Amino acid sequence: MAKTTPEIKTQKVVNEFSVNIATVNGSGSQTANMTLIRSIFKMGIPVSGKNIFPSNIQGLPTWYKIRVSKYGYLARTQKTEIAVAMNPKTFTDDLNELIPGGVFLYADHIKEPILREDLLLCPMPVKTIVKQANPPRKLRDYVANMVYVGVLAYLLDIQLDTLKSALEFHFKGKQSAVDFNLSVIRDAFQWAENNLEIVSPFKVQPLNLTDGCHLAKGNTAGALGTIYGGMHFLSWYPITPATSLPEAIHAYAPDLRKDPETGKNTYVIIQAEDELAAIGMLVGAGWAGLRAMTATSGPGLSLMGEYASLAYFAEIPIVVWNVQRVGPSTGLPTRTAQGDVNLTYYLGQGDTEHVVLIPGSVKECFEFGWKALDLAELLQTPVFVLSDLDLGQNQWITPPFEYPDTPIERGKILWEEDLEKIKDDWGRYLDLDGDNIPYRTVPGNQHPKSAYFTRGTGHDDYAKYSEKPEDWEENLDRIKRKVDSSRNILPEPEITTRSGSKNGIIAFGSTDFAVREACDYLEAEGVKLDYLRLRALPVSSKVLEFIRKYERVYVIENNRDGQMHSILSLELPDRASDLVSLSHIDGLPLCAEWIKDAVLEEEKS
Amino acid sequence: MAEKKVKLNELGLTKEDYKGQKSTLCLGCGHNAIVGQVISACFELNIPPEKVFKVSGIGCSSKAPTYFMKRSFGFNGLHGRMPSLATGAAFGDTSMIGIGVSGDGDTASIGMGQFKHITRRNLPFLYIVANNGVYGLTKGQFSATAEKGLALKKQGQNRYVPVDIVWEAIAGRASFVARTFSGDPQQLKALIMAGLHHRGIAVIDVISPCVTFNNQDDSFHSYAWGKSHEVALHKLSFVPPVEAIKVEYEKGESLDVPLFDGTHIILKKLAHDYEPTDRARALQMLEDANRQNELITGLIYINPKQKSLFDLYDLPDTPLNRLPDEKLRPSPESIEEINQLML
Repeated sequence: MAKTTPEIKTQKVVNEFSVNIATVNGSGSQTANMTLIRSIFKMGIPVSGKNIFPSNIQGLPTWYKIRVSKYGYLARTQKTEIAVAMNPKTFTDDLNELIPGGVFLYADHIKEPILREDLLLCPMPVKTIVKQANPPRKLRDYVANMVYVGVLAYLLDIQLDTLKSALEFHFKGKQSAVDFNLSVIRDAFQWAENNLEIVSPFKVQPLNLTDGCHLAKGNTAGALGTIYGGMHFLSWYPITPATSLPEAIHAYAPDLRKDPETGKNTYVIIQAEDELAAIGMLVGAGWAGLRAMTATSGPGLSLMGEYASLAYFAEIPIVVWNVQRVGPSTGLPTRTAQGDVNLTYYLGQGDTEHVVLIPGSVKECFEFGWKALDLAELLQTPVFVLSDLDLGQNQWITPPFEYPDTPIERGKILWEEDLEKIKDDWGRYLDLDGDNIPYRTVPGNQHPKSAYFTRGTGHDDYAKYSEKPEDWEENLDRIKRKVDSSRNILPEPEITTRSGSKNGIIAFGSTDFAVREACDYLEAEGVKLDYLRLRALPVSSKVLEFIRKYERVYVIENNRDGQMHSILSLELPDRASDLVSLSHIDGLPLCAEWIKDAVLEEEKS
Repeated sequence: MAEKKVKLNELGLTKEDYKGQKSTLCLGCGHNAIVGQVISACFELNIPPEKVFKVSGIGCSSKAPTYFMKRSFGFNGLHGRMPSLATGAAFGDTSMIGIGVSGDGDTASIGMGQFKHITRRNLPFLYIVANNGVYGLTKGQFSATAEKGLALKKQGQNRYVPVDIVWEAIAGRASFVARTFSGDPQQLKALIMAGLHHRGIAVIDVISPCVTFNNQDDSFHSYAWGKSHEVALHKLSFVPPVEAIKVEYEKGESLDVPLFDGTHIILKKLAHDYEPTDRARALQMLEDANRQNELITGLIYINPKQKSLFDLYDLPDTPLNRLPDEKLRPSPESIEEINQLML
């Protein structure tokens, strides 16, 4: 009989709690966790799932955090109402993390002491139920995870039919797999129904808040956006947490990018030997008139610095996604951060400053996927997309992806017939239109005037080698004006106001979810903040206007040094002292509680 | 004065049309001979200059593309990273002919990784290494191909054994590997011509003396040593398809290597009885030559049938960089199906 503490009375909480599932890496808990999250989503309840995993393939502890929120709060939360302990190694920590009155599910073969008396305990006979199901030996661990799905379903009030449809989606019509997993879930559910004395105060009840939405990861969205953006060329090198982006291109491009008339592929994918080569290929392809992209993370981006600098200087369009992880060095490769803001913005030797797009949602990952390719060719410069592990690799609720609303932008490319019309000499770096963007030709153009020589060395308007001081200065100044002019065409910031706010708050990327939640909490505490979410660098004038409007503006970021804060301070030096940096990094996504406390602390002073 | 008759090729172009900027390399630099033979080969093969893209890394060698084919697209990339640049560039329009010039530092030191991978991928591309055993632009340091014991003015004696670029190319599964000598212009030109018609990577390691920093008579990369130690494997000629039928050669004395486009390489036997179609044998031959202190030149390995990188991608006939926008973006209808796949 399960040891229970019936004197614990917790108020019933519906659709507002989080579940921490602790398993062993490589034990196949992914299917179990996805089944739970999809079921809750299908019930119309906002939900998010975060995989907190080690840099390891098999054997180390891993956690999956499910947050259920009728308010639509999808960020990580510090509070854990329900814990599932399947891993003896983390058993005590998982137990201690629970709030008083929390529910603790654990595999009953784990014989660790339970020293807390303020929890609702639920030992699960995992081995007995698995034995009953009699799966093939190698599937035992995997099936064991379905036990907690069944028990949780009973405790939370998730219907078996809902679980079934989640399994059907997961196994895409593989009926035997659906049936087998469902039978284990059903056994566990029945066991719970017949044996459990505790009643979970935490319940789910159907809502209609996920209608029309989907669950997806930022990396998948970025990949699809890139495919719809007409990418021709992808060269990449595996690195956590970027890998799943090129892999998704690999998975979707064969269907989406086969020419229906000829059956031929309209794209090329090369897995390069390293990031040095990945970006080298990218620069070659961009130069040759291909829409070229890659995805990497901090260490890879460091290796890409020299070619990125050349592409900036020689004005070659390429797109580089940086799905950030924790650095410096190898850092915490499987944990999230926003620590590469400076590295990305200024990547390269000499004076470089790049165009950087910063998606703050899965839907925006899709949108910036295609927009980045357009902007790169329009501006003839590298465009970076700054995402992170939390956005890229975790499951988020998202509105449907929207088909691009503007045609493909190829920028100023001259072909044979265009050159035919030009009477004078054509110069690769001549600013004919006064917009700082020159015209380019690409290899393959057969016009005798088409060719020019691209170099990373000093050159004049006609791409001829030059060490003349005025050539160098004029050229580099024009490039700066060109990148500066992008401020007017890059995605504008998103501003949310509350009446009567005297201070503002600025954030970007994946922290958006936590910041919005924190702003609600702060308002309840009497602190109203207008919120601006940055979506691109260099910043638009709207960002500067926003900063000027308030007595004080907090800049929230998931890094140590407040990198975006320094960029903004440089943009508005006269207001630098009113910009307050609130930055924090420990490997976990920022949560609203931390932001709220940090702001309140500042508000006191 | 009578007008000098200018020789035209079948495209009606003069040799001048194949030249580039005036060379700024040292007078007598072996690399100038390479430049000259690239110009002659392309002129004689009637290659439209616009059909060529030329790339390089960094170093004296990598300046060479500036000095030939001014009507071709060119890209002077990064040190050791010409191979990746060429790989990306080649996919813009796969009907283009890629020519790269690299050096021994650019290929065998900083660029060793990319070099091995471009050979393994078998990109259709002429990869010329202007190999002089020394860093010229930084004024006289040992390169990775410098022989052990070589003495240089500022460096003293070289402690390390050299990298053999030909050996590395063969080990890297390049499908066309040759070694030649700047002082042997005929063979150099014939190899360039053959390399330009080979569908796959054609690596030509050209021993190309540095007259300023490494041309001592006893130095492996000098003119004097090359002239006195060169052993040509065969007399090599490149034969375009129209002429192929006319060529008569003595059976048993020559080897005919047909290339994918109907051209031929004819190898007339000289001192050695050598067929360049066996990888293991090629490596053995290099070892023997090394022991005998010979500078072996000629076509050392070829496999005209090895699948090229382009053959591994099912690409449309229209060059990728000319595909109309509507071929690049999936249909509006498809987005709904994609959204349904997300949950």
